[in-house]
Amino acid sequence: MAGDGVRRRDFINIAAVSFAGVGGLAALYPLISQMAPSADVLAESSTEIDISAISPGQAIKAVWRKQPVFIRNLTPEEIKAADAVDVSTLRDPETLEKRTTAGKTNWLITMGVCTHLGCVPLGAGEGEVKGEFGGYFCPCHGSVYDTAARIRKGPAPKNLEVPPHEFSSDTVVKIG
Amino acid sequence: MSFPWANEYKPTNPLMQWVDNRLPLPRFVYNAVGAGYPVPRNLNYMWNFGVLAGFALVLQIVTGVVLAMHYAANAGVAFDSVEHIMRDVNWGWMLRYAHANGASMFFIVVYTHIFRGFFYSSYKAPREMIWLLGVVIFLLMMATAFMGYVLPWGQMSFWGAKVITGLFSAIPLVGTPLQQWLLGGFAPDNAALNRFFSLHFLLPFVILGVIILHVWALHIPGSSNPTGVEVKQESDTVPFHPYYTAKDGFGLGIFLMVYCALVFFAPNLLGHPDNYIPANPLSTPAHIVPEWYFWPFYAILRAFTSDFMFIPAKLMGVLAMFSAILVWFFLPWLDTSPVRSGHYRPLFRKFFYLLVVDVLVLGYCGGAPAEEPYVMISQIASMYYFLHFLVILPIVSSVETPQPLPFSITEAVLGKDEHATLAPATPAVA
Repeated sequence: MAGDGVRRRDFINIAAVSFAGVGGLAALYPLISQMAPSADVLAESSTEIDISAISPGQAIKAVWRKQPVFIRNLTPEEIKAADAVDVSTLRDPETLEKRTTAGKTNWLITMGVCTHLGCVPLGAGEGEVKGEFGGYFCPCHGSVYDTAARIRKGPAPKNLEVPPHEFSSDTVVKIG
Repeated sequence: MSFPWANEYKPTNPLMQWVDNRLPLPRFVYNAVGAGYPVPRNLNYMWNFGVLAGFALVLQIVTGVVLAMHYAANAGVAFDSVEHIMRDVNWGWMLRYAHANGASMFFIVVYTHIFRGFFYSSYKAPREMIWLLGVVIFLLMMATAFMGYVLPWGQMSFWGAKVITGLFSAIPLVGTPLQQWLLGGFAPDNAALNRFFSLHFLLPFVILGVIILHVWALHIPGSSNPTGVEVKQESDTVPFHPYYTAKDGFGLGIFLMVYCALVFFAPNLLGHPDNYIPANPLSTPAHIVPEWYFWPFYAILRAFTSDFMFIPAKLMGVLAMFSAILVWFFLPWLDTSPVRSGHYRPLFRKFFYLLVVDVLVLGYCGGAPAEEPYVMISQIASMYYFLHFLVILPIVSSVETPQPLPFSITEAVLGKDEHATLAPATPAVA
C-alpha cells in the first residue's frame, strides 16, 4: 500500500468524513421536509359545493385549499361571446369547451386567484366590476379576463386556473 | 493566550488571506478548535464530553427552532398542537422525539462532564472561572429543561409547573406573591405557558453565550489533563486538529448511536406516560416525579420532612435543593490539595466513587414514590452529599499524602522525559 502512495490512514480519513457527510445530509432531509404542507393541510384538499341556487349570470365564491374558487353559471350570451374569440390570438390559448365539463359548458369553475401575483379578481360578487371583456377584472395590477376567465389584457401571464373538479350530481360539484 | 509553540494561521489561498486581513474569523476558529490550539497529548475519552455537550446544545436549538414552527403556546391548543406535530407534520414525530431525547442526552453528557471535573479537580487554579461558568450553564440548562417540559401541557407538564413554582412559595413573606408573579396567576395557565415558551426559546441562546465565555476562559490556561500536571513544553501537546477533532469525532459517533437508539427504538423510555394526558387542573397524577435528570435534587427536596429549629420543613427542602448545586461554586476553595488528578490521590479517589454512588442512590430515591424506605434513604444520602463537599473534601485535602506526580505529561505518556534530568527540582513553567 505504502508503495503506490496511498496510505491506509488516507482511506480511513476519506471513508469517515464521507460517512459523516452523508449522515449530515440525510439529517437535513427531515428538517427541510417538515416545512412542507402537513397531513392535516393536505387532508383539506377537496370540498363539495351545492350549486343548485346559482342561476345563469350569477357566480359564487367558494373556498378550496384556503383559496377562493369562482363558480359561475354562464348565460348563453356569455358562452357565445367566449366561443366567438379566435383562440390563436389569445395569450394563453384555450377554448371554453376545454375549460369546462362536457355537457355542462355553462359551469365555469376557476380559481379566484389572479395568475399575475395572486390577488382576488373582481367579477364574481354581486355588483362587482367585470372588466371590459365581461369576465373578471383584477384591481391590483389591471389584468382583464373574459367570460371564459381567459387572460385578455394586463400583466397576468395565464388564464385563471381551472381546479380539478367533477360533478357528483346535477347540483353538487366536488373540487379537488 | 496560547503556548508559544502553537501553530500560526498562514492561509495560502489569496481569498482567505484577503478575508483574514479584514475579518480574522478563520484565524479565530483555527486558534480555538483548529491546528492552532495545542492540547495536552494525554487526554482520555472523558475529555470528549465538552464537545459533545456543545453538539447536544446545537442539536436542541436546531430541533427546537423547527418544533417552534408547529407548536402553539396557548393553553387551549398546546396539547393538540403537540399531537399535530406527532401525527401530521412531516417527520414531526422524529423531530419531537429527537428534541425530547436530546434533552436527556444533553444531561447525560453534562453530568459526565461535571463528574470528570470532580475526579480530575478541573476546577482548581487557574481554571476556577471555567468551573464557575460551567455551574452557571448547568443552572440555565435546568431552567430551560424544566420550562420545555411544561410546553406539551400534559398532566406532568402542568403539575411540574405547579410544584416547581411552588418551591418559591416557601420563601418567607414574599413567597406566595412571588409564585403568583412567576405564573401570572394562581395556578399554571395561559400566561405561564406563554412566558415559559418565550423563555424556553431565549435561554438556549443565553447558554450559548455563557459557553463562549466558558471556552474563552478555558483557552487562557489551556485544557487540563488526566495527570493534572500542567503543560511544560511542546512535547506535552498536540494540535487540537487533527488529533482531537478525530478523537471527538469518534466520541460523537458513539453519542449518535446511543441517541439514535433512544429516538428510534425507545423514544418514550425516559418520559412519563402521564404526560400524554391533557393537563387537568383538578386532578394530580398519583405518582408525580420530574424528568430523570432532576431526580437527585428532587430527592434532596423531599428529604426534609420536619421543621428544623425555626425553619419550616418546606423552606428547608428548597434551600437544601438549591444549595446542592450552589455548593459547587465553592468547590475550588473547598478542595485545597495541591494535586489535581484523582489518579494521584488515593483517599480522595475513594470518596469520589462514594459520591458517585451517593448521587445514584439519590437519583433512584428521587424517582421512587415518597414513602419509606426511600424517604429515610434520601435523608441519609442527602446528609452524606453535603458532608462530602463541606467536611470530607477539606479534611481529605489536608490529611492525604498524594502519590508522586510524573515530571511532565511527556513522561506520563512515554515513561521518560529527557528534560526531567535537566531540571528535576523546579520545572520551568512555560
